[in-house]
Amino acid sequence: MASHEFAAQAAHAHDAPQGFIRKWVFSLDHKVIGLQYYFLALAAVFVGMFLSLLMRIHLIWPTAALPLLGDIRPETYLTLVTMHGTIMVFFVLTTAPQGGFGNYFLPIQIGAPDMAFPVLNMLSFWTTFLAFIVMIAAFFVAGGAPLHGWTGYAPLSAIQSAGPGEGLGADLWIISIALFCIGALMGALNFITTTLDMRAKGMTMMRMPLTCWAWFVTAILGLLAFGVLLSGGILLLMDRNLGTSFFVPLVTINGQLTGHKGGSPLLWQHLFWFFGHPEVYIAILPAMGMCSQLLSVFSRKPIFGYKAMVYAILSIGFLGFMVWGHHMFMSGMSPYTAFAFSIMTMAIGVPSAIKTFNWLGTLVRGRIRFASPMLFAIGFVSLFVTGGISGPFLAQPVLDIQLHDTYFVPAHFHLIMGVASIFGIFAATYYWFPKMFGRMMNESMARWHFWFSFIGTYAIFMPMHYLGMAGMPRRYSQMTEVGYLLDLIPLQKFITYAAFITIAGQLIFVVNLFWSMFKGKKASDNPWEATTLEWTTATPPPHDNFGGRTPVVHNGPYEYSVPGAPRDYVMQNDPEIKAAH
Amino acid sequence: MASFSTTATVDDPRISLGVGSSPGLPDYATRLRRARLGLLVALTPVLMLFVSFSSAYIVRQGLPTLDPRTNALVRDWIPVTLPKLLLINTGVLILSSVFMELARRQIKVLATRVATAPGVSAGDQTSIPWLSMTIVLGVTFLFGQWTAWRQLAANGFYVATTPSSSFIYLLTGTHAIHLMGGVLGLFAAGIASLLHRSLATRSIVVDVTAWYWHFMAGLWIYILCLLEFAS
Repeated sequence: MASHEFAAQAAHAHDAPQGFIRKWVFSLDHKVIGLQYYFLALAAVFVGMFLSLLMRIHLIWPTAALPLLGDIRPETYLTLVTMHGTIMVFFVLTTAPQGGFGNYFLPIQIGAPDMAFPVLNMLSFWTTFLAFIVMIAAFFVAGGAPLHGWTGYAPLSAIQSAGPGEGLGADLWIISIALFCIGALMGALNFITTTLDMRAKGMTMMRMPLTCWAWFVTAILGLLAFGVLLSGGILLLMDRNLGTSFFVPLVTINGQLTGHKGGSPLLWQHLFWFFGHPEVYIAILPAMGMCSQLLSVFSRKPIFGYKAMVYAILSIGFLGFMVWGHHMFMSGMSPYTAFAFSIMTMAIGVPSAIKTFNWLGTLVRGRIRFASPMLFAIGFVSLFVTGGISGPFLAQPVLDIQLHDTYFVPAHFHLIMGVASIFGIFAATYYWFPKMFGRMMNESMARWHFWFSFIGTYAIFMPMHYLGMAGMPRRYSQMTEVGYLLDLIPLQKFITYAAFITIAGQLIFVVNLFWSMFKGKKASDNPWEATTLEWTTATPPPHDNFGGRTPVVHNGPYEYSVPGAPRDYVMQNDPEIKAAH
Repeated sequence: MASFSTTATVDDPRISLGVGSSPGLPDYATRLRRARLGLLVALTPVLMLFVSFSSAYIVRQGLPTLDPRTNALVRDWIPVTLPKLLLINTGVLILSSVFMELARRQIKVLATRVATAPGVSAGDQTSIPWLSMTIVLGVTFLFGQWTAWRQLAANGFYVATTPSSSFIYLLTGTHAIHLMGGVLGLFAAGIASLLHRSLATRSIVVDVTAWYWHFMAGLWIYILCLLEFAS
């Protein structure tokens, strides 16, 4: 591998590859790989969204035949739940912000010509792509896709005869997750090495944009978490196919002993959630970094409390590994253990609040430019606060036991982990599109897209809190004939109608994205008058990012409205600014 | 409060070219440092994988299971006597690690000499026997592990016989797969030599493979201790 890497570095230092295959398919260029990740996530998000639409339709019209699926049985509904969650968490929320934007912009923002290991970077993408193909293939094998949820709880996930989809479909699901882990680990290796070893002269760690800090810490989280998930996947495959009993206790299926004994389903839960909770931050940290960047750029102010923001990112990353047990309050854990996890969970509120106050502090007295990236960045802050505020409720074991299996939990995590992160992706798309494609996106369409998404998101997920508090259980496929839930059905209908409208609003984004690539207004090199290094180079950036030169950095990333400067921003490679005494 | 100064610094093209190396490539020291850093980062998830297996090993040992005949909770963990062959395999792996270190030091001295005094002949062929011997010992170790598996099976301990045997196969198998990666790295170093890659490139490949190899040797000793003393 290493010899390939050095050959790749040598090749990269010279001319850009000309052939289509080397330039656009098996490319070593981090920018092309970033785009590949981005479009993979775009394809995945539409698959995931389509599955959620089918779920929403079934919930309010349970007897209706659905497109492609026909009549929906309870197990089919669980399959939709499983695949929607898996695809969204892994192939969208993990893939686009880190693999997509991180790959494209981390090297440029730190002044490097590429990632440290380009071949590994290429392999990372194609492994992730293969993982996605294997995941989708689960729909088309005998028995169909699995129904054990994106969390893959044993023993349901560990026994082939446990239900429809738990045969080959579940094996493919596990293999896909394992492949994804390997791809993500290769990516994390590149992100960390590149950040530590390839920064331009003058680009100290504390001069890095907060985007780079977020990608860096996210990579560390991935490095520590995906190995553990991989280990769980290996054990699960052995339980399923080799007859071992790591996760399976003595159980019967249809009155027959399965042959397993002594395993612990809780062992799986511990391994899974040791990965699963950091995964939440793997999804949200890059969005935090991107929105911190945008709030400063479009407020024309330095980010409020840069160092505090860095330490908050590090704290969130650290504490993220201490709280996995709060997903398992229902498992019968000791109240003392639950108390410890509860305290640690609430502790994460501190760095999260620091970030929120700093975002608001950045906006105060700013000369705010309400361009579309800024709208989505503000939308992100709104969703982060709204989704985050229900976190301390669920961090209480007593409350969680009541709320855990209700719609309150999907409302919470969709807002804070799902849609907030998606808003970060949208904000980043509108912000960096000019640099990536050399053209501006249509601003009117972008604004329509924002309002559809913002209002639609709240219309979908706020009512779910009330459904949860009223006791409506999640994961149930049909509730139209349950007496005590009948009064809540109109609210479910409202959510489904809101989902229709919100998803329709996403078509505006897709049209804008592809139309603007070819017909958008030509972009200048720095259309947003931003300071970081990607705006110092050509649009789109050349093969080696800076046309044979490496920038020398003299300033921090957020020097806006500097007194005495000839314009209201100072680029990072501009002559040094000095503090006035 | 900050103010604007007009003290300018021009970009330094030497940084992108890499002083003392071919255009566009970093110098030897930079490449070596980067490769070692990459390896250090890459070993972290490997470590996490085995930490995870270890925690599962310890947790699983203490779990009771229901005996359906007596309706009582019993332990299903049957300690397995490890094949003595594993000790011989351990010796082989440690010896291979020594040879690997000798190969690493030898080629590093040559690479440093060439990097500091361009034009000096490398004359590095003497490093090949060490690498070849490491490969032979590495393959011998893997064959020894396979033989140990067969001995376990001959004694009636298969993968699913008891949780302790499951973990033996799991830990030794996962370690063997990782060691195969090291063997492939050594083959890559040999191929780089045949393809007349630069001495610097070969030196870096050997260096990172050597550190990986040492890690694998240390990991194996840990696994052996876990299986022997924590059973």
